[in-house]
Amino acid sequence: MFTALIIMSLLAVLLGAVLGYSALKFKVEGNPLVDKIDAILPQTQCGQCSFPGCKPYATAIASGEAEINRCPPGGEEGIRKLAELLGRDFVPFGDDAAAQKPKSVAIIDENTCIGCTLCIQACPVDAICGAAKQMHTIIASECTGCELCLEPCPVDCISMIPIREDITTWKFRFPSAPASRRAEKDKEALTA
Amino acid sequence: MRQLFTFHGGVHPPANKTQSNRTPIMQAGIPEKLVVPLHQHAGNTAKPAVQIGERVLKGQLFGMPEGSVSSAVHAPTSGTVAAIDMQVVAHASGLPDLCVTLIPDGKDEWVPRKQTDYRTTPPAELRNLLRMAGVVGLGGAVFPSDVKLRPGAAKMKTLVINGAECEPYITCDDMLMRERADEIVRGAEMMRHMLEAEEVLIGIEDNKPEAIAAMQQAVQQCGFARMEVVTVPTVYPGGGAKQLIRVLTGIEVAAGVRSIDLGVQCFNVATAYSAHRAVEHGEPLLSRIVTITGNVAQPQNFEALIGTPISVLISKAGARPDTTAHIMGGPMMGIRLPSAEVSLTKACNCIIESSPALFPPPPPAMPCIRCVRCADVCPADLQPQDLYWFARSKNFGKAQEFHLFDCIECGACSYVCPSHIPLVQYYRFAKSEIWANEREKKAADIARERHEFHLLRQEREKQEKQAAKDKAAAAAKAKAEAKADIKPEARPAEPDQIDTLRAIVRETAHPEVVHSDAETKD
Amino acid sequence: MFIPLFTLSSSVSGIMLRVLLALLPAIAVYVWYYGPAILVSLSLASITALATEAVMLKLRNRPVAPFLGDFSALLTAWLLALSIPPLAPWWLVVVGTMFAIAIAKHLYGGLGSNPFNPAMVGYAVLIISFPATMSHWLSPLAHAQTSLSFADQLGYIFGNPLPGSTTLDAITSATPLDHLKTQLHGGVSVHDAMQSQVYGYLGGYGSEWVAAAFLLGGIYLLGSRIISWYLPVTFLVSLFATAGIFHLANPELYAAPLFHWFSGASMLAAFFILTDPVTSPTTQKGKLIFAAGAGFLTYIIRVFGGFPDGVAFATLLMNICVPLIDLYTQPKVFGQKASTSNKQERP
Repeated sequence: MFTALIIMSLLAVLLGAVLGYSALKFKVEGNPLVDKIDAILPQTQCGQCSFPGCKPYATAIASGEAEINRCPPGGEEGIRKLAELLGRDFVPFGDDAAAQKPKSVAIIDENTCIGCTLCIQACPVDAICGAAKQMHTIIASECTGCELCLEPCPVDCISMIPIREDITTWKFRFPSAPASRRAEKDKEALTA
Repeated sequence: MRQLFTFHGGVHPPANKTQSNRTPIMQAGIPEKLVVPLHQHAGNTAKPAVQIGERVLKGQLFGMPEGSVSSAVHAPTSGTVAAIDMQVVAHASGLPDLCVTLIPDGKDEWVPRKQTDYRTTPPAELRNLLRMAGVVGLGGAVFPSDVKLRPGAAKMKTLVINGAECEPYITCDDMLMRERADEIVRGAEMMRHMLEAEEVLIGIEDNKPEAIAAMQQAVQQCGFARMEVVTVPTVYPGGGAKQLIRVLTGIEVAAGVRSIDLGVQCFNVATAYSAHRAVEHGEPLLSRIVTITGNVAQPQNFEALIGTPISVLISKAGARPDTTAHIMGGPMMGIRLPSAEVSLTKACNCIIESSPALFPPPPPAMPCIRCVRCADVCPADLQPQDLYWFARSKNFGKAQEFHLFDCIECGACSYVCPSHIPLVQYYRFAKSEIWANEREKKAADIARERHEFHLLRQEREKQEKQAAKDKAAAAAKAKAEAKADIKPEARPAEPDQIDTLRAIVRETAHPEVVHSDAETKD
Repeated sequence: MFIPLFTLSSSVSGIMLRVLLALLPAIAVYVWYYGPAILVSLSLASITALATEAVMLKLRNRPVAPFLGDFSALLTAWLLALSIPPLAPWWLVVVGTMFAIAIAKHLYGGLGSNPFNPAMVGYAVLIISFPATMSHWLSPLAHAQTSLSFADQLGYIFGNPLPGSTTLDAITSATPLDHLKTQLHGGVSVHDAMQSQVYGYLGGYGSEWVAAAFLLGGIYLLGSRIISWYLPVTFLVSLFATAGIFHLANPELYAAPLFHWFSGASMLAAFFILTDPVTSPTTQKGKLIFAAGAGFLTYIIRVFGGFPDGVAFATLLMNICVPLIDLYTQPKVFGQKASTSNKQERP
């Protein structure tokens, strides 16, 4: 009887010590889940999810305030990855979700631009350079295609150009295997 | 006799080399039009160095190398630049790339050529010379040779010269060795000198006795003591750089490791030849030997100017009407060309004309039955059946874990597969998807950092505005209180925040795009 | 465009066909000792397998012709038919084959995706569901004396009574493995039990020659490089070693290793069942572990288990372990090994 009690108490003390030690040793700063979600989001910072950027949306998903299907630039692939990370079921895009568009880059028509700097202020990644009364231009390699600069432009001089595949970004296609319809379906899913 | 080593696997496909190696190398001459792509090498595209309408001389610079891994491109003959624009090039994608179109004037007038004595020139200068001469690996990987001649971490022991030419149908190296052994050997000696290597081993497969004899004779005549022609057994892919290094030296070069750091380097025979021409004759790389074979009347080797339309070469070899596809490279690793109108590049060692009669398409693919005939022949000791499974289910993380990037895409697995699964196509698909994912990830990381900086800047502006407001208010207050003779307090600056901003700006500097080591076959 | 432009002219159907070919000598010996009944169950199983395969392919929305032509269903049918008593009633063959093809093969994804050997799943289902029927093995000795005609055997398989005064017990007997187990239970020593004519020279009158014919077919498969030596040799060595250890410890209780080689389905398993590429490991080391485990388990189940033979359950148990075995036996890739291994001296 006493032996059992002693053993149990010793075990409790030991386990408590281990837990206490690991709590100190492996202490995690911040919320790692938010960073993990943020790493999956495409970082367009477009706000189509109704949050003011990717990080706030990630925070909202982590706290359970937002569904995982609110990011059109991430595509269904993104929803799948989030579902896998969070152990949730895949949710398709809702009817109210913004349409998915091909990845694009903004181009300023330099003849029309009046140099109002409104787009510069709107750009979430500082990918537009220019100054007041000077023509603006977009640093194409930094543009995430978020379209946030379209709205404020008073002369509608910004247009979105879909990014076309070139020889450096070209990808080998999924091989087609005629004997397996599954492979064909995969291919369709890929090209869709 | 020298001790040789083996590598795992390998196959023995029918060689089919005798069709094209019975006649000497034929000069293809100057075509009516030359289209020279500016990106013919691994690394960065060369920057155009000519104007439209400009008259150029043979050997004049078309494209200037840019960045540390790049190579020059030259005018293959004298003439007038007709266009600098996007044209469909010899690439699996069938997409256009930047090319210079030259209308030759037929005079074939050279720029002044400067001969250099490599023995009295510092290696760094020689490397720059090779770079400006556009010398790249001619085995197919077109990696700039000057980069491969930079000294590595280890003391150089062996320079391997690759004359194995293991892939069926291709005979361009065979013919080059038979006809120009002397210049190959001199090029190899120059490379040995540059690398300060102890020995040069020229590996040639035993199905090329004429080439072996010619090379042995050349080595003897030149009297290079530290050079040896080594006959290696014929097995595909014994001519892969890693496989040949293994066979000759016993060293296994793992994926992601540079062979030069293990004291060994490997160049193709044609590369050695071009390096010799570039240094000792001052001739940049303007032409190459290319095998035209398969469904043509007279399969043979041509020495053709870079930029010659493939169709011109095919018709010289006797085009046949039932040809359905043009394959660049060998039958095991080649790619289908978008059309015969694309032009010859430095990478193009062989064109195989394909017809359904010559190469009947295999029966439809069946499911994998895990028979592991592929694993038995894989020269990289991989488990191709697992990689196929992961690539097909797009489980790319797992594919990488199972060493997808050790795959050299030799095609031995597809060759033996009883289910006729296009395995290599699956691996290529998986690899390019992984590269694309990495590019996207990198772009997303940059966007995230820029956004965070953007937010920080906005916050700072807000604070500064607030500070200004406070200051104004304080000043007003001070003014009011000055009458009551109270000294105003100075506001402290915010050095902490400025430091943070600076640190972020430093971090946001973009990481350079690192090109994967594409030294599969040289 | 398929690159490589040309491939080795091997195919799945070619491989399967050669395995079927390798079974022919054993079938011939079978007919010699047991009468032509086996041909009936082979045909029955074949027809059932092909029909089930066709229906399942249709249901699964797959092209029927190329998959029927791969002969894998036929091979499953033959292996199952060779594992069950030749005089088994027709429905036994049909049920077993249908289960093997429909459940064990197609519900798991068809050719190449099934984790368990379909023939062995079929066998396991039958022996668990119909143990009595499955124990009625035609006695080769009785066959040599009474010699039922082909018509009589055919009739019996399809439910007709046996002719005249012949009873089922008169023409069937327990297999040597089963017989030995019963004798040992009765306190008879191995040596005494083995005096019976049932045991033949090594493993059982008649059945040992069938096993030898399987061995012959297996050697043909090894020679034509359809199978590698890893699985069969390791399995036989493992079975021999396990049996040998027990036999050395107590020869009165445990039969000699050679008896275990030539009785039951040992040879069939070694060359035709374990070597099914779909359900065996892919790595060389994995194959050794798999076959050694199967050999050990076969012996343990035979001698200490409740079933007459242990091959089927040993195979299925090891099938479960295959993904794990594969995962932990991944070979080192090029460049990870010591650089100067497999040296080869050139003359």
